[in-house]
Formats: sequence, C-alpha cells, structure tokens
Amino acid sequence: MVASMLRSSTADINFTCKLCAAAVSLLLGRIGRWSGREIACSALSLARSALAERDNESCFFLRRLQSTLVIAEHNNEVLLPVTQNTLSAAKKIGGDVSVLIAGTKCTPAAEAISKAGGVSKVLVAESDVFKGFTAETLTPLILASQKQFKFTHILAPATAFGKSVLPRVAAKLDVSPITDIIGIKDANTFVRTIYAGNAILTLEAKDPVKVITVRGTAFPPLPLEGGSAATEKAPEGDFKTDLVEWLSQELSKSDRPELTSAKAIVSGGRGLKSGDNFKLLYDLADKLNAAVGASRAAVDAGFVPNDLQIGQTGKIVAPDLYIAVGISGAIQHLAGMKDSKTIVAINKDPEAPIFQVADYGLVADLFKAVPELTSKL
Amino acid sequence: MSRVLVGVKRVIDYAVKIRVKPDKSGVVTDGVKHSMNPFDEIAIEEAVRLKEKKLASEVIAVSCGPAQSQETLRTALAMGADRAIHVEVGASEFNTMQPIHVSKILAKLAQDEKADIVIVGKQAIDDDSNQTAQMTAAMLDWPQGTFASKVEKTDAGLTVTREIDGGLETIKTKLPAVISADLRLNEPRYATLPNIMKAKKKPLKKVTAKDLGVDLTPRIKVVSVEDPPVRQAGSIIPDVDTLVAKLKEGGHI
Repeated sequence: MVASMLRSSTADINFTCKLCAAAVSLLLGRIGRWSGREIACSALSLARSALAERDNESCFFLRRLQSTLVIAEHNNEVLLPVTQNTLSAAKKIGGDVSVLIAGTKCTPAAEAISKAGGVSKVLVAESDVFKGFTAETLTPLILASQKQFKFTHILAPATAFGKSVLPRVAAKLDVSPITDIIGIKDANTFVRTIYAGNAILTLEAKDPVKVITVRGTAFPPLPLEGGSAATEKAPEGDFKTDLVEWLSQELSKSDRPELTSAKAIVSGGRGLKSGDNFKLLYDLADKLNAAVGASRAAVDAGFVPNDLQIGQTGKIVAPDLYIAVGISGAIQHLAGMKDSKTIVAINKDPEAPIFQVADYGLVADLFKAVPELTSKL
Repeated sequence: MSRVLVGVKRVIDYAVKIRVKPDKSGVVTDGVKHSMNPFDEIAIEEAVRLKEKKLASEVIAVSCGPAQSQETLRTALAMGADRAIHVEVGASEFNTMQPIHVSKILAKLAQDEKADIVIVGKQAIDDDSNQTAQMTAAMLDWPQGTFASKVEKTDAGLTVTREIDGGLETIKTKLPAVISADLRLNEPRYATLPNIMKAKKKPLKKVTAKDLGVDLTPRIKVVSVEDPPVRQAGSIIPDVDTLVAKLKEGGHI
C-alpha cells in the first residue's frame, strides 16, 4: 500500500515539474534577476516537501485511522456467501478489517470467517436477543462496537438484512449511509447506480464514518483461507428491546443454487402464462445446474414467489449465463440482470427490448424452444 | 385510532428512459414527465385503507421538494389523504438532499403531528437509496417494519409480514412504528375525477426545513453522473441448435 503510494507520488512530482517549468518560463520574462534554474529548484523542493507531508498524513491515515467493520450475514447455521464479497470490498478500502457476527448461534460463521485472509479480528455476539436479526437489537450492538473501536467504515451486504440494519445505524451516528456500492475509488469516494441502473453516480462522502452496503455481484468473494483471525467477544450491553418481536419465517425451499450467487440463471416472465408452466424452466435449470428467477410480471401474476424476483426492486444478479424466457425486458428488470456475462433471450416478439441487451436472441415460441433446448443439453 | 403520516416523493416517471446531462452533473429533469414514486402510491393506499377500516383517524401526506411537489401531494389527497404538508426545498438544495435530511424532517413532523404510524415507500426509484424508513425509525427510536407486504393492526401494535431474501418473515411491532411499503403490499387505486376536484379544497400547509429545525447541509459531493457501459450488440440466432452450439462455445455447458 505504502509502496504504491510512493510510486504515485513520484508520478505526481514529474507532473508538478512540468507545471513548474511552465510557470517558470512565464516568470522569467518578468523577473530578470532570478535564474530559471533557481526558481525551478526551489519550486521543486516546495512541491517535494508538500508531497512528503501529504504522504506522511496518508500513511498515518492508512495505518492508524483506517479501519473497517464488516457486519457478517449468516443464518445461525452457515455464513452467507455475500459476506465474502463484502469482505473483498472492505479490503479494497484498505486498513484494518474486523468482522462482527451476531445471532443466536454464531460458532459456524465465526469459524468460517476467522479463516479469511486479511481479517484481523472477529467479534462475536451470541445471544437469544438477536433472534430474527432485528435491526432494533443489532443497531445498539453495532453502536457499542463502534464506540469501542472507532471504525472509519461500517459495511454490510446490500441484502434485505443489510439494507434494513445499516441505515438505522447511520441515523444513530448522524451520517448519511451509502447504498449498494459497485465500486470504491478511495476511502471516501464510492460508485453506485441510480435510476434503476441507468446512471452511474460517483460520490464523495463527507461524513467522518462511512456506513455502506455493498452489491455482492460487483466484488469477487474473498476466499475463506489463509487467515487466522482472533475471535473475541463483542462489546456487551443491554440490547434487549420490547419494540419488536420476531415471530416466524416462511422460506421458499429449493435444491437449486441460491439466486444471487448462481453461475447460471433461467428466468421466466409473463410469457410463461401460468405457474405450472414454470416447470419447463425448472427442467431446463436442472440441466444447467441453474437457479430460477422471475420478472415482476411473473411474480405479480402469482406464477412464483416474490423472492425469485430479479430487478430494481428485487434481487440484483450477475451470473455467467442468464437465460430470459418470455421476459420483455422492462427497465426495472434489466436493472437486476444486465451485468450478467452472457445473456440469452427467448421471446416470440422480435421487438422486445430484451433483445437489445441479449448476446444471443432466439425469436421463437418458448413452449417449443425451451423443451427442445432442454432435450438437447 | 391512529394518525398516519405518509411520505411521498415526486420522481421522474418510472417508464421514462432517463438521460444523463453532458456535463455529468446529474440527469435531465427539465421537461421530463414526473409522477409520484410508485412505492409511495402503495404507502398512501395502505394508509387510506387503514382509515377505511376505521383503524386510522387521519392520513397526512408529506412531501419535501420544490414547488412542483404540491402536485404529488394533490395526488395523495385525491387518493384519500386528509391533508398535506409541503416542506419547501429550493431546487439547488433539493439536488443534494438525501434520505438523512428527509428522515429528520419526517421524524420532526411525526412528533409535531402526533402520528402513530409513519408509512413510506421502501425506496425512491430515482436515487434507489432504500434508507428513509429505517432512518426515520432510528431518529424516533420507533420500531421499523421494512419491505412490508402485509400490515395488520392488532390491539397492541402491528403485525407486519416482510419480504426478505429467502421468502417472508413476520414480526410484531409496538406502536408508534415506521413501515416501508414493498410492491406487494397492495394495488393502489386511481384517483377519480370527483376526488381530484375535492382534493383541490383539502388543506395543504407549507413549511420550510428551517421552520422544523432541520439542517440541509449536503453530506456528499456528487463527483460525476455518467451513462452505464453499453453492452455490445448481440445477434439473433436462427434455431435451438445454434443456441446449443453457442452455449458450448462459451463454455456454459
């Protein structure tokens, strides 16, 4: 890190020299008694000392002040893969990386994450209080950790969990959170999408603590190997709340890969005409070891449950292969899938906007083409 | 009987293909069709339904923004809100206004108006932040029922079904509480012409952020707003066999 800073500052000096030379040639005409060489030298030394000062500051900043807390997402059984993507983002910011794991049963996630390279500390808060991972109980825990360790960045995955908890934390810290980042320029400058992915916003955060949710598909997963982070107890406190009580969960059961981390996705829209017809997609998905997704139209029509929705208001995916079947390709749907590596569209309407983003478009009746594709794989 | 405060935002219509300004400072909004943020229509609808079920006594719609935000408030009134509060924000300040500012305003108004439930959409479709409900709840120290697809009022509070990544979950919150509406919460009604006419006579109060003691100092600097990378044009292929061949070529099968 320091080495790369030095390299960049050498480039800066060269650039400064050119500027100085230009300034000098201007000055020479006016002030005859100074030799150009002297001015150039003094200007250069000034520039050097300024740079040295800045470097010292940056090094100090990086070494001593920069520290990131990642809020791990797990389900009391396993660490969710999106946490690994968030760790990559944390490492990109630089400095120290700590992880906070809270839940009713933290051991499996804590063990997994302590093996991740570059994690310096794993804070564990295991208590029945955190049942359901409610924002009302996690927020005071995160605030207590922040108070003790003074992190400069607090990160969580931009999932339903992260999006629900982190803005609450940010408000308590009186800072403006940054949602769903897709890039990190430096410790204060981040990239995110706005208007359903149709514009890319680069912003500089002015708040002292940066509270950020990370788009998993924009960062590679950090391997859970090569590290041996110390595990310690998270700050204790009274995190019990009577504001909210978690009652129950109804999770859609599936043997297929999880949507947001699947390598291949087969997705259906209104063109499927009924929930029963989704079986065509399940058969195809099984051949490809793919997850199954859906457009909002298919969800609203009741063909499949809501948690399969891909788009601006559903999940954001970026698999190697995305096969859109009977999906027209509305702006809101494209927002969730247009970063996929290869997009295939099967639609009988040649004018469908999905063909404008598809690498391979097949204008055909899905009820013929999909079974044929399945049988030929 | 509860009093419900609903936050509504005027945004570029969801069907509009937006254009980025050549100077990279933002997107073109002048002369572009605007309408109420779709999630906020759902929030208003839910509040009006609570009133129709005699569970709410009054529905107050709030919008922060320039003068045109009043159109959005009139729409909310036409859908059944009882009165509206327009928090006037100048165009330049509105450009740097963020959920943290809005949530401070909503929190102050919730207290001033003695609201029991605050409902907002889960996200605005322009900045896609998904923060306001959570931050408002935090400012007030109220519970939050985010991404709600079902809200039921019980004696002690609310039972909220939330849309989460793996499916659904149900929580019970005390009142007062903040709710954020997901798409599946309800089907918003259309404002009928008689109701639009009636809405013109409903009270609309104007205040400023300063009146409410909220500081609108920007917390971020917009470095640039740019077009996303364009995907290379693909090709239309003639049949399934070609598709299978292409998938093999790409190493997908």
